[in-house]
Amino acid sequence: MGVYTPTLRRRARPNGRFEVMTWYLMRVSGVVLLFVAVGHLLWLHLVVGLENIDFNTIVGRWTGPLGAFWRVYDLVLLMFAMTHGLNGARWVIDDYVPRRGPNWAMKSVVFTLGFILILMGAFIIFTFRPAGT
Amino acid sequence: MAQAVAVIRAFYKGITYRGREGHWAWMMHRVGGLGVLLFLALHIFDIFLIGFGPEVFNRFLFIYHSPPFRVLIVFLIYGVLYHALNGLRIIIIDFWPSTTRYERQMFWVAMAIVIPVWLVAAYFTIAPIFAPH
Repeated sequence: MGVYTPTLRRRARPNGRFEVMTWYLMRVSGVVLLFVAVGHLLWLHLVVGLENIDFNTIVGRWTGPLGAFWRVYDLVLLMFAMTHGLNGARWVIDDYVPRRGPNWAMKSVVFTLGFILILMGAFIIFTFRPAGT
Repeated sequence: MAQAVAVIRAFYKGITYRGREGHWAWMMHRVGGLGVLLFLALHIFDIFLIGFGPEVFNRFLFIYHSPPFRVLIVFLIYGVLYHALNGLRIIIIDFWPSTTRYERQMFWVAMAIVIPVWLVAAYFTIAPIFAPH
């Protein structure tokens, strides 16, 4: 019966200070997201209602009297959720892909896509103006 | 081939390891976190589409209102709520290690909060399939 033991010798050496920093980051962003992400989910599913969401809902949210508040809220959610999620994905990749080459390749793909998504999200939050305003 | 067998065996050992609540908590946290990250990628993309105007955005929304996607949204809601409450449990255990002896009780407290909120949100997500607007 062979027991699966990932080989430690080819595993990328973790950098102590960086790992402590991300460990704290996960807990701090976790507490923020406990309110911001759960609040976002419950607000849109229980208060607004999935049926009532369309283009005009977002126009009202981002250009109404509370427009600035919602844009800041959505930006905070975007930044915290993506950094928390990308770091979580990094930990999962480190757990299951110990070999240096595939580990690096997977992280490159995940982080490249992640940064593109952060830029897309921030871009639309900052620049969205419906036609005629 | 041997590598694939080792991975499958490790996966089997991983899900059959009898660690009770702490083990299920860890597995659901990991799977739920990755699921929420995948949804987040789709969600940033769809909000980005709002920049192309109401026709493009509203056409895309049929995905969210389709019955199969509503089932996925029910899983998503569970993932977010569970990850949030179990994350809080992890933070409590990490910063106050003496609470580790209550990790099992804290798991059930988290579930006692997650399940009722989830069922309410799931009802409002699924009900429109049977009574369309």
